[in-house]
Amino acid sequence: MENIIEIRHLQKSFGKNEVLKDINFSVSKGEVVCIIGSSGSGKSTLLRCLNLLEYPTSGEILYRGQNILEHNMSNAVYRAKMGMVFQQFNLFNNLSVLDNCMVGQIKVLKKDTREARNTAMQYLELVGMTQFINARPSQISGGQKQRVAIARALSMEPEALLFDEPTSALDPELVGEVLKVMKNLAQSGLTMLVVTHEMGFARDVANRVVFMDSGVIVEDDVPEVIFNNPKNERTRTFLKRILED
Amino acid sequence: MSVDASSSFIQWVIFILQQYWPVFLRGAEYTLLISITGTIIGFCIGLLIGIIRTIPVDNRTGLFKRVSMKIVNIILLCYIEIFRGTPMMVQAMVIFYGVALIYGIHLPILLAGIVIVSINTGAYMAEIVRGGILSIDRGQFEAAHSIGMTHFQTMQSVVIPQAIRNILPATSNEFVINIKDSSVLMVIGVTELFFQSKSVAGIYYKFFEVFLITSIIYLIMTFTVTRILRYLETKLDGPAVYTIHGSQTVPEASFRIVDREKL
Ligand SMILES: Nc1ncnc2c1ncn2[C@@H]1O[C@H](COP(=O)(O)OP(=O)(O)OP(=O)(O)O)[C@@H](O)[C@H]1O
Ligand SMILES: [Mg+2]
Repeated sequence: MENIIEIRHLQKSFGKNEVLKDINFSVSKGEVVCIIGSSGSGKSTLLRCLNLLEYPTSGEILYRGQNILEHNMSNAVYRAKMGMVFQQFNLFNNLSVLDNCMVGQIKVLKKDTREARNTAMQYLELVGMTQFINARPSQISGGQKQRVAIARALSMEPEALLFDEPTSALDPELVGEVLKVMKNLAQSGLTMLVVTHEMGFARDVANRVVFMDSGVIVEDDVPEVIFNNPKNERTRTFLKRILED
Repeated sequence: MSVDASSSFIQWVIFILQQYWPVFLRGAEYTLLISITGTIIGFCIGLLIGIIRTIPVDNRTGLFKRVSMKIVNIILLCYIEIFRGTPMMVQAMVIFYGVALIYGIHLPILLAGIVIVSINTGAYMAEIVRGGILSIDRGQFEAAHSIGMTHFQTMQSVVIPQAIRNILPATSNEFVINIKDSSVLMVIGVTELFFQSKSVAGIYYKFFEVFLITSIIYLIMTFTVTRILRYLETKLDGPAVYTIHGSQTVPEASFRIVDREKL
């Protein structure tokens, strides 16, 4: 399978604090990879490096074989290909639901308004939010916000979608609607990288699960192995603690 | 109506108003013209400086860009400190007579007045805008960057509209200050409301009567401006009511959601 992203010897420090240490892994087209690990293990930092919201200290990020950390590809072009869904939704507060999904297409992809509108509506339909196109972010619920945020990312028609704990800020009864949308996306063949504490989702939906601890990838395998028969002691301890609560 | 030494206070006020209302009106016109234009231009100056001063610089930024940013920042900081740290009356004198001395030209008085109020307001607005931009949640920037927007696009489509909404009360405050403080421009001979009032008062030596009228005119202007801007604020908040279009079964159906917090 064709690799969309390949990470080689990725390292990231904040001052003296080395948060990511020699990370190596790759994601191929259509794969759904879940990243799990305890708080502070560097999951968000890894995801943010992939979208260049954080700049790696050293290492390579290959996008379709091209190192994006060399200056042969503009950051903006690359970022538009890596959609990102945040824990706190981060919808543009000054724009309506529809405009949230259109602004990037118009400004970054230079589409005309009609085309952008059609694309936006298509993805809002997919997440079941077409009825709320005129609403402001402050007027909809958390689950609805996250679905719009997913539609916004999809409207850019990215190569892959990165999710950073997309359901962690939601009330428990709203988690389901967002996970359902994500599950549908996974089944439609979208390449997804999901940092999550939803072990059920990781087990059922992921093709691969990556377990991180203190800035390194400890184990990277199919969910059956990670959850039923982890090879590493640290993975076992982590899962035991998580699954007990 | 005529007046003499035995006329009452009220009679004098009415007399002055009847005789000299066009003079007051012209003065008020100038005051409004200068404060409106000055506030708008100052706002734009502040916006520009605010955007420049928040351009992100990190260790990946090229040396040339970093050095030029540093120099630009120092210049802007000097501008802000100088114009916030000296009285506008003094600025008016220095600029008006400075231009005359250096370039050998007398700026048209009205233009001079507008220029002075604009750059003075710009210095205050620059800091207000910067504060407004810094108050926007980092997540807004990150979301914009994550879909590939540049700094300028992020500012234009996402951050500035929110920052403007947030700084509208402070801007309205600047506007009111300008209406009042444009009176200091009489030191260079701008015929705004204070200047005109003084000349009317000098005719009969009726200072109290005249300046009572003047203060009421100032009050009307400031009050109106505050109301208008307050209205604008609620407008910018967007409608408190929005319509949900269609339903899965009946696409043409629509109903309205009312945001109670805003009503
Ligand atoms: N901008 C930053 N500056 C300095 N340190 C940071 C920064 N961002 C993250 N860190 C540090 O990097 C480490 C890893 O953080 P990260 O957010 O990647 O962890 P995480 O695995 O996502 O945790 P969580 O599950 O709590 O979200 C933490 O120790 C954190 O304090
Ligand atoms: Mg995190």
